[in-house]
Amino acid sequence: MSGAQAPALPGTARALSEPGAGQRLRWAFEDTMVITWRNLLTWARVPAYIVFTVVQPVMFTLLFRYVFGGAINVSTFPGGYVSYLIPGVIAQTAGFASFSTAIGLSRELNVGGIDRIRSMPTARSAVLLGRLLADVLRLLVTILVMVGVGYAVGFRFQGGVGYALAMVALALYLGLAVCCISAFIGLQVRDEESVQAFGLIWVFPLTFVSSAFVQVSSMPSWLRGFAQHQPFTEVINALRVLAIGNKVQPLVGQSLGSALWQSLAWVTGAIVVFVPLATRAYERA
Amino acid sequence: MIIEVEGLRKSFGDVQALRGVDFSVDEGMVLGLLGPNGAGKTTAVRILTTLVPPSGGRARVCGYDVAHEAAAVRRVIGLAGQATAIAPDLTGLENLQMAGRLYHLGRSLARQRAAELLERFDLADAGGRQAKTYSGGMLRRLDLAASLISRPRVLFLDEPTTGLDPRSRVGMWGVIRELVAQGTTLLLTTQYLEEADELADQIVVIDHGVVIARGTSEDLKDRVGGDVVEFGVDDRARTAQALEVVAALGEGTPVLDGTGARVQVRAGGRGGTVLVEVVRALDAAGLPVSGMALRRPSLDDVFMTLTGHVAEEGGTAPGPGGRRGRRNSGRRQGAGVGAGASGSADKGDAR
Ligand SMILES: Nc1ncnc2c1ncn2[C@@H]1O[C@H](COP(=O)(O)OP(=O)(O)O)[C@@H](O)[C@H]1O
Ligand SMILES: [Mg+2]
Repeated sequence: MSGAQAPALPGTARALSEPGAGQRLRWAFEDTMVITWRNLLTWARVPAYIVFTVVQPVMFTLLFRYVFGGAINVSTFPGGYVSYLIPGVIAQTAGFASFSTAIGLSRELNVGGIDRIRSMPTARSAVLLGRLLADVLRLLVTILVMVGVGYAVGFRFQGGVGYALAMVALALYLGLAVCCISAFIGLQVRDEESVQAFGLIWVFPLTFVSSAFVQVSSMPSWLRGFAQHQPFTEVINALRVLAIGNKVQPLVGQSLGSALWQSLAWVTGAIVVFVPLATRAYERA
Repeated sequence: MIIEVEGLRKSFGDVQALRGVDFSVDEGMVLGLLGPNGAGKTTAVRILTTLVPPSGGRARVCGYDVAHEAAAVRRVIGLAGQATAIAPDLTGLENLQMAGRLYHLGRSLARQRAAELLERFDLADAGGRQAKTYSGGMLRRLDLAASLISRPRVLFLDEPTTGLDPRSRVGMWGVIRELVAQGTTLLLTTQYLEEADELADQIVVIDHGVVIARGTSEDLKDRVGGDVVEFGVDDRARTAQALEVVAALGEGTPVLDGTGARVQVRAGGRGGTVLVEVVRALDAAGLPVSGMALRRPSLDDVFMTLTGHVAEEGGTAPGPGGRRGRRNSGRRQGAGVGAGASGSADKGDAR
């Protein structure tokens, strides 16, 4: 620090001049990358987070595959229960991935991290985008691990690389939407413990009362209507048909076209609604 | 004028956190914003650092309006908030580098500044360790370093030593004093008169969102009557007698403190002499006392003098309190230094 009159450092001079639109966009991108990197580093350093994002989904896969799998009859599904299961568990994992979005943001609000960043020339959008991007990248890691474990216990993609990639992409897109909703909740609720306790309860019925683990037709009739038409089921049906390579599939109860169309509509709708809400909650926080 | 604040007001629902505050800070000067918990200090800092818009009045930093030219303000300020903004799982070095990147210094300059600051704040050895392993004092220094990464012209420090042990506090004072010597304009909030005295050129005392006094620390201490000799009377029934025994000593009339349990004698600039006189008088009267101390005037003394009541939690309504309202037990830090003479001598050295 060499006094206010000292010759400015290159960086300081740059920071003082009024940036143009192109420069601002470049900074917004860089800021988002820096915050994404920071979030990923944090994740890599906390063993509990790794357990949460890798070990837990693998455990779910194995539990359903070997403990409940025998009792669930989907014998006409190509590849049997394991092929039926994996897309469902992946969708559930995409839902759970949003936990860290809500908790991460509320924690940051409370430790003063967001105050600091908002007093800096950092792009306003970077905290939110960096959080979402980091969580989606983590979800990608989780999904790849799960597909690997799936392959070890009998799961196979049945429709070639294109369909396989499409399935992973749709699962990530679902994850992004749930993370946006979670971001809104985390920023709105703010208190980290409340977020942990209540903020994510809605994910449980959505993922379990769906076609993720069992056929909807096996549920009591009062539950069936909801389970059949709720967004997670739509997405899971689409993931499933993609995983088996668009074979005609009576067990799924939907063609690829209709499942895909409806799940994209749901997911895009959630993103369109919750990104502005989360942005506003962040601005007000 | 680097900071100009005129008629600043801020309400949160029913709570009026600021009700028309004015002050200004010249280039290179240090303003101490002094007040008890809930006085509105953090709110003022948050407005000046563009985190919340004011409800009324104006504030300019380096000539930029904080409400309408926030982006320009953000390029010239640094903030170390009341809660440290450090990512605990990242190392000290990583924390600083990321702050530099987010100020758009570029990768190599950010790395260079980070290394310099670690060196300067005596954190070079700890730079590769995760911040969660740091002591409170180290965390505060790291947080301060992060706020300096872009060489801001104006620095805002919100209660930079609250919660630190006395040694770390003195260390932090040294660091801040060095900064100021190099010309950074500083606005600092504190609950300790002693801290404002150590660091600030000008002090603005706020209470319930209003300025109740301003001036140099000498001005304020003169109004309070300098050092204070304080003691408790073992036999509470004899408190009145004790007040009488010491009535003629010190400056002005001795008073009871806010709890009614301790007698305070204003000693002006003659702390040592008055202390001895008080001890003699009490001894002669055969009054057993405890916790005899000579201490510098605290915020409580200033409040006692200015408002006639002890500094208390601000806010008109009890309010949701939540994440900001907690009373800080460290506040009475000035009181009960023990056998006062030594406490006072320590502080003399620290200057
Ligand atoms: N975000 C907020 N919502 C509601 N009330 C608030 C908020 N921030 C501060 N307050 C209230 O405003 C008053 C001043 O608070 P603050 O500026 O934090 O005081 P200080 O920093 O001096 O302790 C307090 O009564 C506090 O409860
Ligand atoms: Mg405060």
